[in-house]
Amino acid sequence: MKHIAIGILGAAALGLTASAASAGTLDTVKQKGFIQCGVSTGLAGFSAPDDKGDWQGIDADFCRAVAAAVFGDGTKVKFTPLSAKERFTALQSGEVDILSRNTTWTINRDTALGLNFIGVTYYDGQGFMINAKKLPGVNSALQLSGAAVCVQSGTTTELNLADYFKSNKMEYNPVVFEKLEEVNAAYDAGRCDVYTTDQSGLYGIRLTLGAPADHVVLPEIISKEPLGPAVRQGDDQWYHIVKWTYFALLQAEELGITKANVEEMKASDNPEIKRVLGQEADTKIGTDLGVSNDWVVNIVKAVGNYGEMFERNVGSGSPLKIARGINALWTKGGLQYAPPIR
Amino acid sequence: MASQEILREEPSRASFVNDPKVRSIFFQVLVVVLLGAGVWWIVQNTIDNLARLHIASGFGFLRGRAGFDISDTAIAYSSDSTYGRAIVVGFINTLIVAGAGIVTATLIGFILGIGRLSRNWLIRKICMVYVEIFRNIPPLLVIFFWYSGVLAVLPIPRESINLPFGSFLNQRGFYFPRAVWGDGSWLIFVALLVGIAMAWFVARKARQRQMATGQQFPVFWTSLALIVGLPLLAYALSGFPLTFDFPKQSTFNLTGGFQVKPEFLSLYLALSCYTAAFIAEIVRAGIVGVSKGQTEAAGALGLRPGSILRLVVVPQAMRIIIPPLTSQYLNLTKNSSLAIAIGYPDLTATAGTVLNQTGQAIECVLIMMVVYLVLSLLTSAVMNVVNAKMALVER
Repeated sequence: MKHIAIGILGAAALGLTASAASAGTLDTVKQKGFIQCGVSTGLAGFSAPDDKGDWQGIDADFCRAVAAAVFGDGTKVKFTPLSAKERFTALQSGEVDILSRNTTWTINRDTALGLNFIGVTYYDGQGFMINAKKLPGVNSALQLSGAAVCVQSGTTTELNLADYFKSNKMEYNPVVFEKLEEVNAAYDAGRCDVYTTDQSGLYGIRLTLGAPADHVVLPEIISKEPLGPAVRQGDDQWYHIVKWTYFALLQAEELGITKANVEEMKASDNPEIKRVLGQEADTKIGTDLGVSNDWVVNIVKAVGNYGEMFERNVGSGSPLKIARGINALWTKGGLQYAPPIR
Repeated sequence: MASQEILREEPSRASFVNDPKVRSIFFQVLVVVLLGAGVWWIVQNTIDNLARLHIASGFGFLRGRAGFDISDTAIAYSSDSTYGRAIVVGFINTLIVAGAGIVTATLIGFILGIGRLSRNWLIRKICMVYVEIFRNIPPLLVIFFWYSGVLAVLPIPRESINLPFGSFLNQRGFYFPRAVWGDGSWLIFVALLVGIAMAWFVARKARQRQMATGQQFPVFWTSLALIVGLPLLAYALSGFPLTFDFPKQSTFNLTGGFQVKPEFLSLYLALSCYTAAFIAEIVRAGIVGVSKGQTEAAGALGLRPGSILRLVVVPQAMRIIIPPLTSQYLNLTKNSSLAIAIGYPDLTATAGTVLNQTGQAIECVLIMMVVYLVLSLLTSAVMNVVNAKMALVER
């Protein structure tokens, strides 16, 4: 009896200590040979599979950029589509290494959920879309009192919606679904009068509706929705790699380094470009971060700079045709700003 | 003498380790200790890992402001209410849809089950086709069938279908006038209660008289007169306090009146239709399970087919029917969690939203599990009481 009791205590103690420590994300990622990237279940321009089944969009490309920084190869990514409800648990439990899924940065998610947002890859705001054919004469969100509003559950959108109607003393009827496709289908079928989500999302969703021309996005923006990738807390090295991948994308645009000219730029006389591209003698910028010194070259080769990524996925080169607006670089009056790489 | 002594001494000579009683106690204690240690290890591990990942834990979050709205609320709820209240709202919605579904499924199921034994070929075959179709389709598909069917077929709010009594039907749901009770309407409810009580009393007296003298009394008509007549009288006496709020067309939709949303309708109809098919089979099995001799004996006594079914077969069949019926009720309650697919705010949906807004995954899942468990155990307990009442009373 005594021996058994001691044995049980010992086993329990072992189990506890075994679970206490785990390897860093960078080592785990290198070991398995790819990055597991959490994306949406399909939002045009951000993360949606194309007709060949490849994931396209800003969020998907961001994961490729991180893969390029880590492996020198932007294709070493595997994508996990996640619903709004699953996304945080998937990141917390280690099922994905990065959550790059049009997710709004809030204090609660940074603290109580144990996440770290690395920055804002897209500054968005919540808007409303209506069917102008069915509702002629409605041209402002303030005319929506009494409407049935379709919204995805478990999002900041759902909370802003409640706040907006409450503060404007308007009534509404929430029609809530868990999956984006279900919300789209219900709105298209006429179950609700209004669709609300981030404005960029509205433009993307409009393209998938039966008659896109019938639908208009109302001018009001009712919230700040800074969308960005997030990683788990407690792994500073991984956090820095992902964060500086984002800054490198911005820095490349600021310096005029593009997918097309990156090889020529390596020979540039500009000391800043040389430093960013790892061409400085005895540079340690990349290795200090935990990646190779030509990490920025790899990133730009894989996905281009931030501007190219934007135009290709949501801007003029895409069906969405969203203007840069506040997502322009700080030098052009926008909010995108990167600390110096030195 | 000598042999007896040896026999008596044998148990005490057996080794302590080989004593089956001691052994069985030892192994039972061992299993309990191992199980306890395992559970303790899992719980400790979870707490440790949550702390290591900087994830907040505990149930304090239930007191926080929810901030989101819910479409169907049976109790007062707004975005200013707490997360805890949001979960309660979802729980009540689960109760409503499960309760309504159980009643309807039982009614349809009994009709179908008896119909499958009908002597009429057409009725028998129609019931059989229904049972075979709904029993072999996954419940989620039945829900989608109703939801998409309802949405696709019905017109937009501006072209609502006018139904009698000021009711409307459109793709946003079914609308009917809402009763507005004025001053003095309490008298009507009192009259209704009195009517029901008197009807019950009359029925009891009539049965006693029939037992004693063999004379029959028109119980049905008397009860109807009492239950309907008394409230009507009270309604007239209190000065007609009842008015109706009729649904009216407004900018977006009909306002006023009472709205039954398509999410609730399709979930309720789907669960009822689906479970009814299983109940029909249980009822049929129960009736067939009653020995044929019982029917023949009742026929020999001169009872008509209707009376045989009502007085002889069904009471005995109920004893076979109730235990499997209980598990169908439990299934229906658990299947109601499929509501999440069409956006009806049941427990799973609201607790899921709370989970996502707060990130308290373990706590929310634990709450859902405990609530469904308690709900199922309560249903079982109630059905066990019914079963005990129905059981054969041996004399």
